[in-house]
Amino acid sequence: MEATTGTREAVIPAVELVAITKRFPGVIANQDVHLRVMPGEVHAVVGENGAGKSTLMKILYGMQQPDEGSILVGGQERRFRSPKDAIDVGIGMVHQHFMLADNLTVLENVVLGSEPAKGIALDFVSARSDIVELGDRYGLAVDPDVLVEELAVGERQRVEILKVLYRGAQILILDEPTAVLVPQEVEELFENLRGLKDEGVTIIFISHKLDEVLAIADRITVMRGGRTVATVAPEEVDAHRLAELMVGSELPTPEIRESTVTDVVELDVQGLTVTNDEGRTVLEDVSFVIHRGEVVGIAGVEGNGQRELVDALVGIVRVSDGRVLVGGEDVTNRPTAQIRQLGVGLIPEDRHRQGLLLPSPLWENAMLGHQFGPPFMSGPWIDRGGARSRTREIIDRFGVKAPGPDVPAVALSGGNQQKLVVGREMIAQPQVLIAAQPTRGIDVGAQAAVWEQLRQARAAGMAILLISADLEELIGLSDTLKVILRGRLVATLDPRSVTPEELGGYMTGVRSQEATA
Amino acid sequence: MRWRTAALRALAPITAVVFALLVASVALVLVDRSPITAFVEMAKFAATLKSFISIMNRAYPLYISAIAVAIGFKMGLFNIGVEGQYLFASLLAAWVAASIALPAPLHVLVVLLVAVVVGSAWSGIAGVLKVTRGVHEVISTIMLNFIAFGLVSWLLANFLRQENEPGDLIIKTAEIPASGRFPSLNPLLAAIGLEPPRGSVWQGFLVVAILLGIGYYFLVWRTRFGYELRASGINPGAARAAGVDPDAMVIKTMLLSGAFAGLVAIGPLLGFFNRYTLDFPRQLGFIGIGIALLGRNHPLGMFLGAVLWGFMDRSAQILDLNDIPREIVQIMQGVIVLAVVIAYEVVTRFVEREQVKAAAAATATEATEAEVGEVSA
Repeated sequence: MEATTGTREAVIPAVELVAITKRFPGVIANQDVHLRVMPGEVHAVVGENGAGKSTLMKILYGMQQPDEGSILVGGQERRFRSPKDAIDVGIGMVHQHFMLADNLTVLENVVLGSEPAKGIALDFVSARSDIVELGDRYGLAVDPDVLVEELAVGERQRVEILKVLYRGAQILILDEPTAVLVPQEVEELFENLRGLKDEGVTIIFISHKLDEVLAIADRITVMRGGRTVATVAPEEVDAHRLAELMVGSELPTPEIRESTVTDVVELDVQGLTVTNDEGRTVLEDVSFVIHRGEVVGIAGVEGNGQRELVDALVGIVRVSDGRVLVGGEDVTNRPTAQIRQLGVGLIPEDRHRQGLLLPSPLWENAMLGHQFGPPFMSGPWIDRGGARSRTREIIDRFGVKAPGPDVPAVALSGGNQQKLVVGREMIAQPQVLIAAQPTRGIDVGAQAAVWEQLRQARAAGMAILLISADLEELIGLSDTLKVILRGRLVATLDPRSVTPEELGGYMTGVRSQEATA
Repeated sequence: MRWRTAALRALAPITAVVFALLVASVALVLVDRSPITAFVEMAKFAATLKSFISIMNRAYPLYISAIAVAIGFKMGLFNIGVEGQYLFASLLAAWVAASIALPAPLHVLVVLLVAVVVGSAWSGIAGVLKVTRGVHEVISTIMLNFIAFGLVSWLLANFLRQENEPGDLIIKTAEIPASGRFPSLNPLLAAIGLEPPRGSVWQGFLVVAILLGIGYYFLVWRTRFGYELRASGINPGAARAAGVDPDAMVIKTMLLSGAFAGLVAIGPLLGFFNRYTLDFPRQLGFIGIGIALLGRNHPLGMFLGAVLWGFMDRSAQILDLNDIPREIVQIMQGVIVLAVVIAYEVVTRFVEREQVKAAAAATATEATEAEVGEVSA
């Protein structure tokens, strides 16, 4: 848990968290957490979704206050009541979701909130030169006068980093910074981080992507179940060992024991091509089939066309070329309602954006996407009794921790919301289930439960498309594994023989294969 | 839990009304008038049969207007154009009513149909503009209001008016024949032994308004269409993934909202004015927005809100006689709408926190949930 090398003992850590504990109603998010970050190092904090990384960083950034423990910055104990206090001692945070105003320029975005004043006017001249200088010094060159909406994702992230540096931060917290980047952008980000490090900036890098962590970090602290379980140097470990540290002694590999794949095709996708509003091809010539009782896994770095694939399959976006057949019926560009009624279930990747009506009672959430007939409808009328009893059934069978069908969805924790969404789709027994990130952001117990449900559904003959960022999950559950890169399926792999390293190679385009599907 | 929540939510409008009374009292004291006298006089004046009829006659068109607005609100659409929709619909309905000859029930039905179609079509323009051109409905409905006002004046003055008798300067459509009029509720008063006050007509369209309120409730809360409409309002992304076509929903909602809007002033038209004149009641569409806010889009809440409005409008008439500025009532109405929006927000946040706590307490036995960031954030 402590620093592994003796030579560092003499140096005062840039940041030290001692015995931090944070409780929420019914849950301990952080328990006796220790973290020691040396000046000028890239320190990665890894852990599964729900391991407590985000809570810890919110504490360090002053967004939440710990119940116990202390925070030391440069050897001095600090109490942060708000992010402003953290900024004042040189701690800055780059959020996973960018907080930029699209219709302002880079310059305006960077100074927003700490505008340099000259009398009552804004001193854009000195701000511009400051930003240009910062950019040169740290290798983060961005044109200060271009509108943010014209920037690519990687450039926007650079603006976020600039914004933090502009406020004088010497300690940067990056929360899942690569989640939104394509591989080339990840490489650029890493170059930038190395540049920052050379200039003496300390970087705390939150991630659950092990290959990236091993590539960039000087030291790695592993969190599991709200505790810090180890701090290691990347030379000492490999991805497998790190993964074991993250999940505990043994990997809960959801091994599928025997094949249940039949030769009945349930979902047949041929040459699927999607062009987005800006005319860019975001999905190109994607073809695959899923049989009854088969799980086809799609691996890929986020943002490589997974969302578009899901949206195209359920009719949310227009397909510009190619065909989608469900149970032999051509559903290409049919309305979503028709596709769903044909027996296509959807677990959306973002339950808040696409899966839930947060202020509405659970029973209204349980009927979302299934509002076409029994048990939710009786004739033209909503069957409230039927909806409530179906909701109770979901709560019981899928272990949703909820007082009853009438509480609003917003009152549930994220894991329980996800279980409700999974349960609602599973209980309807669709022929085809599209499961996008089905275990994202839920705890290990709930994750195991969802895996078990998927396995049972597969055994019962469901055809499942599994899209996930969790490589263990993909390898463990899939019968066939496909890799998506820049909107194309670039590899078909056998999950029984592939390793996460190989898979990572295909996902980032380092390895390649003639698509055989 | 559910009853407690309902009680808490009812607290919001009550607080707003009390607050408005306070503000009005302060204003009255500042101009050296007794608030107590003012409120007592208002209450006394309102407690007569004549006032009751007046309040009801004022309330039900506002109620229909509020429903029209609420249908939009429920899906996150702001139909600011009820004003133009009902005026345009009323004019054309008045003209058709005076131009056709049909047996009584049929005559009225045709007029209602005209009003619904005109209101719907006028509102539908905003829906089509939103779906095809991305024009925000607030902008387009406001613009359509102005166009409607202009069209109404122009059509009335040039095409739809009745030739005036010499010396008659009022521009108006021809009078609607008896078969096209809506019966009043005065016989009902007589039946229970009350003498209808002289000159008072208890407009029968109140019954239709109540039926519309019930219909609104069942449509929005008990049918699939209503469910999809509400889902679209709460989370358009989720509704879309659940099979709701967002474009079709916008059009349908605007058409429906306009259909209700078309009926707003049909009661006074067929039960009191019997023709469209230039002094036909205005502002009903705008006040409806306030009442929809006050009643939280709820069929019962909006009805109470509309009655409250009717009461205030009616009782204001007594104030001048007591040398108290009647504008005090407008101040109260404004304060109520502002305060209720704030009060609802406060209550909603409070209730939400309570529910999160309750759910956490009910499930706290197993503390394995690690993902709490979302609940607490």
